[in-house]
Amino acid sequence: MKHSFGVAIGPASFRIGSAWADPIRWLKTLYSDYPQPDDGVADFTVLLEPAGALRRWWRPSIGLGGDYRLPDAAPLALRHGLLAAEMGMNIQMALGWRRHLLIHASSVEKDGRALLLTGESGSGKSTLAAQLGERGWRFMGDEFALIDLESGSAWPFPRLVSLKNAAIRALRAEVTDPERFGPTLRETPKGDIAHLVPPRQAVSRMRDSATPALLLFPRFGFPDDLRPVPEGEVFIRLTQASTNYVALGEAAFEALHRLVTTVPAVAMDYRSGEEAIATIESLWAEQA
Amino acid sequence: MTHDPARYGVDGSGTIVTRPLDGLTLIYHRPSGITHIADSPLPEILQALERAPGTAAEVLTRLSEGHEIGDDEDALEGLETHLATLVSLGLVRIAR
Repeated sequence: MKHSFGVAIGPASFRIGSAWADPIRWLKTLYSDYPQPDDGVADFTVLLEPAGALRRWWRPSIGLGGDYRLPDAAPLALRHGLLAAEMGMNIQMALGWRRHLLIHASSVEKDGRALLLTGESGSGKSTLAAQLGERGWRFMGDEFALIDLESGSAWPFPRLVSLKNAAIRALRAEVTDPERFGPTLRETPKGDIAHLVPPRQAVSRMRDSATPALLLFPRFGFPDDLRPVPEGEVFIRLTQASTNYVALGEAAFEALHRLVTTVPAVAMDYRSGEEAIATIESLWAEQA
Repeated sequence: MTHDPARYGVDGSGTIVTRPLDGLTLIYHRPSGITHIADSPLPEILQALERAPGTAAEVLTRLSEGHEIGDDEDALEGLETHLATLVSLGLVRIAR
């Protein structure tokens, strides 16, 4: 590949190769504080390739390749190259990571204890974690929580925060340093997207794990409500939220059983981000 | 012509891992790698079959050693339904 970039994010590392310079330039800028892969060898390769014979130049569009790929992934416009790279890294983790139980969840940490937020796309888990990361919590990740199969600890995966639509405005109001934002990518398949560099300590402590202490199922756009979630329901929802539960077999069964039976779980419906954050702080204080 | 009653069994001891979960039981089936969430009496039936294969009547006798079981005929009918469920889930096989 003509242009390439390497980066370590938490316990995983990536090499991204691209036929075009622009996506790599953005990755180098936004990931400038992140370490390189240990000993120079990455766990995964992501390739941003022309989606067809002429697509390098004419209506350039990116086909996502790499160690793992989704056969039916639609090509992305070159102007969405940064999104393509991030999606490529997510695909590698979702399909290839075997060292931890991988749960589709955002996570933040305080005093060595982790709050995990999991839910459907649009639940607000990413935005809430990003906001908490600006308000005294350590941001651990907005996409995947990595649960240690032996100890049950949660490991960070603090890649760039992927902010969508209204979340871009919410975080622009919170983060004063414009350098922490990537370009706003208009009209992507998921609407407008902007990437945010996590706070400095999220990156410097990307290899510090935390003990899961509270599991939250946020749901945005519903009247305020809180309810405890029974263990059986939590177990089922987390198997659905994990991309490697089946692949990891009995080790994942034991790790998930431990997580579900030792960590309280609460479903939180909310209509305003500020109220949700106040609720989270109050729930957290109750758990402490 | 009479048929011998079906004999049921699991694939040897240690093929099923069970963990309690909020009044239910999580079952991990090692040969298939599939996780099930089951309510009583399915875990107890599996436990009885782990001791040895048996007919529904034999399983009922084993279960009645440790549990309060109602009217024999109804209990046997109910047990056969549960056994059929366990067979359809792949957790129990008809022993040859």
